[in-house]
This record gives sequence, C-alpha cells and structure tokens, in this order.
Amino acid sequence: MSDARSAGWSPLQRWPARLHWRWQASAIGSVAVAAAALAVAPLLSLVVLAFGDTGDLWVHLARYVIPPALVQTALLLAGVAALTIVVGTGTAWTVTTFTFPGRDALTWLLPLPLAIPTYIVAYVYVDILDALGPVQSTLRAIFGWRSAADYHFPNIRSLGGAILLFSFVLYPYVYLAARAMFQTQGRLFSEAARMLGAQPWELARRITFPLARPAIAVGTALALLETLNDIGASEYLGVQTLTLSIFTTWLNRGSLPGAAQMACLLLVIVAALIVLERRGLQRRGFAALGTDGQLASRITLAGAGRWVAAGACFLPVVLGFLLPAGYLLREVAGRGLLAGFDTNLVRYTLTTVALASTATAVTLVMGFLAVAALRYTKRPAIAGCVNIAGIGYAVPGTVLALGLLSPLVLVDNALDALSRAATGQGIGLLLTGSAAALVIAYVTRFLAIAIGFAQAGFARIGLELDDVARMLGAGPGTLARTIHLPLARPAVWGAALLVFVDCLKELPATLLLRPLNVETLSTHIYQFATRGSFEQGSLAALIIVAVGILPVVRITRYTDATTPHNGVRP
Amino acid sequence: MTFVCVRALARTGVAVSAIIAGGSALAQSGDVNVYTYRESKLIQPLFDAFTKDTGIKVNVISASSGLEQRIKTEGANSPADVLLTVDIGRLEEAVRSGITQPIKSELLDKVVAPQYRDPEGHWYGVSMRARVAYVSKDRVPQTTLTYEELADPKWKGKICIRSGQHIYNNALIAAYIAHHGEAKAEEWLKGVKANLAQKPSGGDRETARDVAAGKCDIGIGNTYYWALMNNNEPDKKAWADATKVILPTFQGGGTHVNISGVVLAKNAPNKANAMKFIEWLASEKAQHMHADLNYEYPVRTGIEVNPTIAGYGKLNADPIPISKIADNKKAAANLVDKVGFDN
Repeated sequence: MSDARSAGWSPLQRWPARLHWRWQASAIGSVAVAAAALAVAPLLSLVVLAFGDTGDLWVHLARYVIPPALVQTALLLAGVAALTIVVGTGTAWTVTTFTFPGRDALTWLLPLPLAIPTYIVAYVYVDILDALGPVQSTLRAIFGWRSAADYHFPNIRSLGGAILLFSFVLYPYVYLAARAMFQTQGRLFSEAARMLGAQPWELARRITFPLARPAIAVGTALALLETLNDIGASEYLGVQTLTLSIFTTWLNRGSLPGAAQMACLLLVIVAALIVLERRGLQRRGFAALGTDGQLASRITLAGAGRWVAAGACFLPVVLGFLLPAGYLLREVAGRGLLAGFDTNLVRYTLTTVALASTATAVTLVMGFLAVAALRYTKRPAIAGCVNIAGIGYAVPGTVLALGLLSPLVLVDNALDALSRAATGQGIGLLLTGSAAALVIAYVTRFLAIAIGFAQAGFARIGLELDDVARMLGAGPGTLARTIHLPLARPAVWGAALLVFVDCLKELPATLLLRPLNVETLSTHIYQFATRGSFEQGSLAALIIVAVGILPVVRITRYTDATTPHNGVRP
Repeated sequence: MTFVCVRALARTGVAVSAIIAGGSALAQSGDVNVYTYRESKLIQPLFDAFTKDTGIKVNVISASSGLEQRIKTEGANSPADVLLTVDIGRLEEAVRSGITQPIKSELLDKVVAPQYRDPEGHWYGVSMRARVAYVSKDRVPQTTLTYEELADPKWKGKICIRSGQHIYNNALIAAYIAHHGEAKAEEWLKGVKANLAQKPSGGDRETARDVAAGKCDIGIGNTYYWALMNNNEPDKKAWADATKVILPTFQGGGTHVNISGVVLAKNAPNKANAMKFIEWLASEKAQHMHADLNYEYPVRTGIEVNPTIAGYGKLNADPIPISKIADNKKAAANLVDKVGFDN
C-alpha cells in the first residue's frame, strides 16, 4: 500500500469521502450512459428501417439464402477463431515467457498485420498464389507443366483460403489482448508452480491460459466481428457470408427493410454469443484476481528450442505482414509511384491521422470511464449501458453508417432550427456535413475494443485494492487515475493501438458518411481497388502501414518497459 | 503519462479536424455538389475540365452504396445537387425513393437517344458499357457467341465469371429474364453454372487472368477492363494478349449494355449550376473524354468510340428498353440464389 500512498493523494481528495464518491461516481456513470446512447441511436434507426414491408422476402431468404450463408459464415468464423487463438495466444505466450533470438523485435513485429486492410491482403495473395502468380509459374517451370489445367493447386479463392487470410491478418487482436494479460500476470503463481516443479508448458496450460481466458475471449471476439464486418475480401474470395447476403438483399433484391431485418438478426446472434461467453466466464469466477506486483522473469531458451520459438513466432509476421508489405513495396517501385508522387497523399494522410487520433482519444476515454463506472457504482443499469455500448462493433460498417444517418441529421436539423430561431440564419447540416460524423461513427464502431480491453484489464485488478483505497478516502476519480488506469495500462494501450489502426483502415462508414471533398488514405485506395487495379494504391497502403507502425512500436516498447514496475506510475 | 498522451493526441486531432472541416465546402453557392457511385479518380478529369470551362467548382462525395439513402435522410438541408450512378437499377431506385426532380432539358433530349433517358426526364444516361466475353485466342476459334450459348454443355468447365450477385451480372441476368422470361432464365443460369470452371469469385480482370492461365476458355467481363489492361497496364498486357473480345448477342436481340447516368437531386441547392453540369456531361467534349479516358461507349449520337473499343467489332446494343433491366433486377437476384450460382 505504500505504493498507493506515495501516489500522492492530497488530504483534500480524501475528505469528505462519501460525498466525494457519490458525485464523481455519477459523473463517470454518465459517460457510460452516453456511450450506450451513442451505440443505441443507429440501432434504433435500423429497427425503424426494419419495420418496412418486405413482402415474401423471408420465404425466399429462408429457403435459398440463409442456410448456405449460415453454413459458410459458421465455418469461416470457426476456422478464424481456431487459428487466431492458436497463433495469437501461442505467440503472445512465447514472447512473454521466453527469451530467444529476435524476441524483442517480435514483440512489436507481431501486431503489424493489423496495419494492412484485409481486402488488400486478399488481393495480394490472389496475385501471388493464382495461376499466373510467381508461385505457380515457378512450379510450372520446374515441372514442365504447360498450363494451369495440367495440375492441381489449391485455389486461394475459397473458404479455406479466406480462413487462412483472415487469420493471419486478424491474429494480432488475440495477440495484443493475451499479451497484455500475460504481462500483468503476477509472479506469485508462476514461481509457486515452478517451485513445485511445473514445466513452462504445464504452467501455461493450467494457470496462465485459464487466467487469461477473458482477454483471449475479447481478442477472439474482436477478430470474429472484424471477419463478420468484411465484405471486400469475402466477395473477392467467393465466400458467401451473411454480411454479403445483407448487402445483396439491400442492393439487388431492393429491400432495405429486409436488409435491416437481417442485420438485426445477425446482431441478435452475435449478442447471444457474447452473452454466452460472458456467462461461461462468470461461472468460473474470474472476477477478482489479485496481481502481486511483479512480472515473472523470462526463461532464456537454449539449443534448438530458441530457433523453433523464433521460427514459429516469425512465420505469422512473414505471412501477415512482410509478404504483403513487400509486395506493395515492389509495386510502388515498379510503378514509379514515388517518382510520380501524388502530392494529394500528404493531405489524405493528415486527414486520416487527424480523424483517427481524435476518434481514438474519445473512444479510449469513453471506454475506460464507462468500465470504471461499472466498477464504482455496480448498478445493473450501468452494467447494461456498458454491455450495450460495445454493440456497434457487431454491426457491419456500412449498416452502422446507414443507421447513423438519421440520428445525425436529426441533431443537425435541431441545431439548424435553433440557429434559425436565434439568428435568422440556418447552419445547414453541422454534423453530417463535417468530419464530426466520421469521428462519431468511429467511436460508435470501436468503443467495443476500448471497453473489452478495459474490462479485461479491470478484471485482473483485485477488488481489495479498491476497498483499501476507499478506506483511505480516495474518490472514484483518484481511484481511476492512481490505481486502475496504471494497473490497466497495458490493456488500455493495447486498445489504443487497435482503435487507432482500425480507424486508419476504416472504409465502409468513411465512404458513406464523409463530407464533401474529404478523402482518407483508405478511401483513396478503394478508388483503385473497385476499378480492379489496387496496385495503384500501393503507396497509400504503405503509408497506412507506416503510420500504423509508429504507435505499434512505441506502445509495445512502452508496455514492455513499464510492466515490471507493474503499473504504478514511474 | 497516459493522460498526457491522450490529451496531446486529442489536441492534435481537434486542431487538424478543424482544418478538414474548414477545407470541405458546405454547399457554397458558385459550386456544384456531386454525390457519385462512379470512382472519383475516374471522373476527376471530367470534373476538372468542367471547372475549367465554366468556373464552377465541383465538390465530390464518392461511395459504393447508400448515397440515395443519404440524400433522402439529409432531406431539405441536403447539399447534394447531382447523383452519378453506374447502373440502370440504381437510377430507377433513386427515382423511386423520391430524391430526384425532372431535369427538363431540350438540349439533352436532342442529343441523347430516347432509350438512354427516362421518358419523364428524371434520369439521363451519360455513358455505356457492354458485358462481353474475353475468350482464349488459342482455344476458342469461333468469332461470334450468343448469351444463350453460354449454357451449352460444350463449354463444360470452360467458363469463368465473378459473383452472380455483382451488379454487372445482376443486370445481365435481368436482361436475360426480360428476353426469355423467368423460367427459361432459370434453366439457362443452371446451364451456365454447370459450365463454370470454378466457383464465382474475383473481379472482371481475374476472369481475363484465368483465361490467360488456361483455367477456362471464356471469361465474362465489361468492355473497358480489357481496353485498360491492353493499353494502360503493362503488367496485365499479357492477359489481354491471350484473349480476344467477342461481343455476344441475345438471340433475336443485341449485346447487353448498361448505362452510367445522372439524376438531379430534389432539393438541389445549386440547381442552375447542376443543370449546367448535367448538360455539360453530354457535351461533345465530355463524351469524347468518356470514350477515350474511360473506354466507354458515348450516349451522344455521332461521337466516335475509342479505337481499341472499336476493335471489338460494331456494337449492336440490345434494343430492349433499358428500364426493363431495372424491373427484373430483383428476379435476377432471386434466381442466382435459387440455382445456388455463387455457392
């Protein structure tokens, strides 16, 4: 407790405690309510849309569309879940448990696949692995085959291909979540286990992984929702997902109400799965685990083991990042995109970074405070709000954008009317006509990440810490600032990273909600991709990667360096 | 540390956001605001030329879906003047959703052929593309093809195509229904499905690549992709070289074409400028740009097509009213599901 005392609480902050507690807790609680309202607004307008007439649409959907789409989606999700858990947890555990050659570089290399939009990776791999790509061309040259009809080569444009691609792009969600937990997992268990003669693997299986399960669940859920959000890569690879069916229903079957109903249905399924997972966690009683303050020291690997570890951790980096990024680099060089530098790219980059950093800051603050509110008030209403606030992530980006239109315009019209009444001059569409709409969309969409990570982080902070702090007279604000934020810091930084990079890459909502003449890097790339020549956007894609790498490196280094002090601010 | 960083992050964010918000035009007079489904990169040269000719600045939002919905929701305050689309279905959808007003231009009525404009004047075609076959030069000796023939078992395992639900294929299947009725169209689609070399995937370029690779003999694609690969993309020239373009026809009809078109938004704040813009799009200069930069067929009579496109042979565009395609859009989408075309 000397740590907490030295954190510098002034006598003023300790007194009068009860009063202090109440108003601060309410203030923080209101953030949770605001976050929930933000998530509910687009869903409500979606529900309103869903009330339109759909005729005999569902007969058709139930007979021909839903069954195959459900099967494909389930297989895709199951495959991606299995692979991301294995790769994400395995790599996170290896780099936190062992020291081996390349380990330090790997800690920040491993999250990098996040920085490349999934559909771009899909294009790249189809180029590399398709019949005329370098791999098959080389095989043909070696074996003397004349055409693609002479041999069998697994088609990357398939369900299996999609599972592999999605997994190697999305495993960082699991990696970051799991690593944040492994890092803060105390020495207590590990040393006791080691003294009792447990091998590292046994320790992992019986203690480390089970304790990190909430975090792994959050990371996997994010990866799966990201898979569910995708349209570009699924369509390109020929995988008929439910999300794709929603779009076909809207655009080709001409039924926006039908599409809204399908989106609502999808949302209910996702929500049910999340609730089930949470129930599972609760039954196993993970809520109040103490950390004892120090990180277990890493085991230095020797012999063949160190190369196996290095190789195993390096493989996902190669497949998810180095290969696609290298391909983009080659395209940039080959097409002279640097020599003929499009100066507009500077503006697009500034726009993208400004939008992403604003949205990230808002998302993190809201997410952290919402979860903190839940801890401090323990009201069921707040718990409900926190659960609802994360739901935006479960809706595909375009659907979310569609849903946001009405509430945004509603606010805009009210502001316009106010302005007319006050000054006689209208102000038009303030939110919808400006970048505010995009920031709101990003926050709504990515709050789930901040909330999920914050919850996983909070779950590992012992409740007795709160009790002691309260006894010493700390209010919620002080508690959040001096105890919870520092202890949950790896989780919060992990979330910051994911949200920032996700905002950089965000495409569907940006396309639909952007103001006139606003172009982000990702909409810029999309212009080329829809025309079938994504390579023209290689430089912009690499800029996203470059912008994404900076925070990845900074944050992983930072959490690596500070965790041994276990959170109390240096 | 955390708070400091977050604060710094927020501060830069807000500062730069102010720049963006200030830079983006909010319905200023003297401008025209264009919402477009056509890729803005593709038509930017046209916008620039228009600004040069008239001094009117063009502000753009481009998206892949949902713009009608956005205009509709924005309502009376919507900054949209004009919506540009790539498919007849979307033009009709825009009109149906009540976000348009009649364009009423005698000038346009004079230069745009009647089949490429709405009788009520709610939409006008701007340019056309045809959905054609990229066939293997080595393996396919024939020089003509009908769409009906694509279901002939002689092509078993020889056809490549992108998703049947893609807007280009949706329109082609809708046109088939318009010609032969739903029952025959279903039988045909089953036949085509049985002839596919692989599950529908990729885009139109990939079908050319698959033909070049020997995976299939016939790929279905739009006219301009082949020209782009042949003329503008050295790394894809080989795909164009391995294939030739055949303009298929319907039995008793012509080659399936679809249009890009324009509508005038109901609450257009800059209507006069919007009218100038719409009429300019049909001008000889703009039509030439469509033909030569984007390899599309001009809708204005008397404008020459690009030589590469002319090399495909003379286009005998299908004479069925193009609005029939929009009428059968939903039926086409349902057929694709019913025969499990994409599965």
